Amino acid sequence: MTVKVEEKLYNNRYMVDEGHPHIVVTKKGAAPSKGLKSLVTVCPAGCYSAEEDGSVTITPDGCLECGTCRIICADTGELEWNYPRGGYGILFKFG
Amino acid sequence: MEKFDAIVVGAGPSGNAASYTLAKAGLKVLQVERGEYSGSKNVQGAILYAKSLEKIIPNFREDAPLERHIVEQRLWMMDDKSHCGTHYRSDAFNEELPNRYTIIRAQFDKWFNRQVQEAGALVVCETTVTELARDASGKVIGIKTDRDDQIVYADVVIMADGVNSLVGQRSGLRKEIKPEHAALAVKEMHFLPREVLEQRFNVKDNEGVAIEALGTVTMGLMGTAFLYTNGESLSVGIGCLVSDFRDHGTSPYVMLERFKKHPSIAPLIEGSEVKEYAAHLIPEGGFNAIPKVHGDGWLIVGDSGQFVNAMHREGSNLAMETGRMAAETVIALKTEGKAPTEANLARYRKALEDSFVMKDLKKYRKLPEIVHKNRQFFTTYPELMSKAAETWFRVDGVDKLQKEKEIFRTFRNGRTLRGLIGDAVKIARAWR
Repeated sequence: MTVKVEEKLYNNRYMVDEGHPHIVVTKKGAAPSKGLKSLVTVCPAGCYSAEEDGSVTITPDGCLECGTCRIICADTGELEWNYPRGGYGILFKFG
Repeated sequence: MEKFDAIVVGAGPSGNAASYTLAKAGLKVLQVERGEYSGSKNVQGAILYAKSLEKIIPNFREDAPLERHIVEQRLWMMDDKSHCGTHYRSDAFNEELPNRYTIIRAQFDKWFNRQVQEAGALVVCETTVTELARDASGKVIGIKTDRDDQIVYADVVIMADGVNSLVGQRSGLRKEIKPEHAALAVKEMHFLPREVLEQRFNVKDNEGVAIEALGTVTMGLMGTAFLYTNGESLSVGIGCLVSDFRDHGTSPYVMLERFKKHPSIAPLIEGSEVKEYAAHLIPEGGFNAIPKVHGDGWLIVGDSGQFVNAMHREGSNLAMETGRMAAETVIALKTEGKAPTEANLARYRKALEDSFVMKDLKKYRKLPEIVHKNRQFFTTYPELMSKAAETWFRVDGVDKLQKEKEIFRTFRNGRTLRGLIGDAVKIARAWR
């Protein structure tokens, strides 16, 4: 089953902090760990993409701030993870 | 220099319970929340267990935004085509002070936080706490935020910073939560006209239904799905262990779509309008994953302390209980003129142990590990139950003795006699 997660995120409200991504893939040169690779499908907001050169990149605009990637990659040190600045990020209407 | 009696990090149920209790007792309280308002970053199913809130705000029913009180609980085992299980519905749940309500967290938390402010606490939103400030001895003396580099001082800091607990972890007070000890849940809000919803679920007025389900809907991963009725919407979600998602590479939104298309679920949500999609982590490590919850000048409450009873789907009530007990400890020390040292704050741990919070978590301490090693409870059994029910109810000329034998044979083939007995023993042990 293919599901377009973008269509789900379209219903949400966000205040994107332009130019200040709150999650960054730090180890860019090295081959991504199994955990980081898994996020391409596991991230509930589909923020991670597998690139042609084998690397994994993140665009956290649609991030739901759950922390799944944070705890999956906690041991590998591949992510720099922070909450968005106060007031930015997902703004749940219902939660 | 301004100094607070207490700073509370976070404005979810535990932070609000703590702040309210402290402010109500006349303490000078600062509560810091990263969201636009209390609730704007918070996600839950959500069922509110009234008792824990009643202890804090006895008359909350007068103006809290409650959706429906639960009169019917359905527990479903699902395979791809069917569900079987138990329903419990009782008019006794239509009582004067109902026991369980569905709520919408963004609205409920906003209300709860308004009570906190009216009780006299200073609430600062849109501000992320970045770290704890400590003195040379390691004692926590305040916080730093993303607003500026200034320390905001307090006698004690209560960390109600949620499952990820960045503040607690970065301050070295708490270890990182493990992928095996957290579930990732995704949820959608499906809106329907009130009367359509009430017809579909056979309820009237503010009666509500809660469905909890497990089985092949989680695609071999360990987890459960749910559907709750709100006033004019349905909360539909599914959650599994983060380590399982990682190892299987399953997309949570694909799993949610499959659940929504299940023949037992699809008619219930048909024609609804989806207005939000959310994701959240739930601490599932149980008793053995609870970190140290107090130290010199600090306390941990709610999800940040792993206070979730996964077996009974209880979390926000434990959050409120732990928030209240932490606050009561701080109030008692203040009244007695004692400093919030590690030794004095140990009263909080004692209060937890004397309450149902720790008793329940302790009772099920072996459960997370047992279900971890025994996936059949989420995969094989729901399928076997479905098969047995189908054999039993289908009238097709096969005599009943043959049917009984057939059912027994299916169970033996599916799980072996030894496996069946072993599973019964395991569950009995975990339950003790």
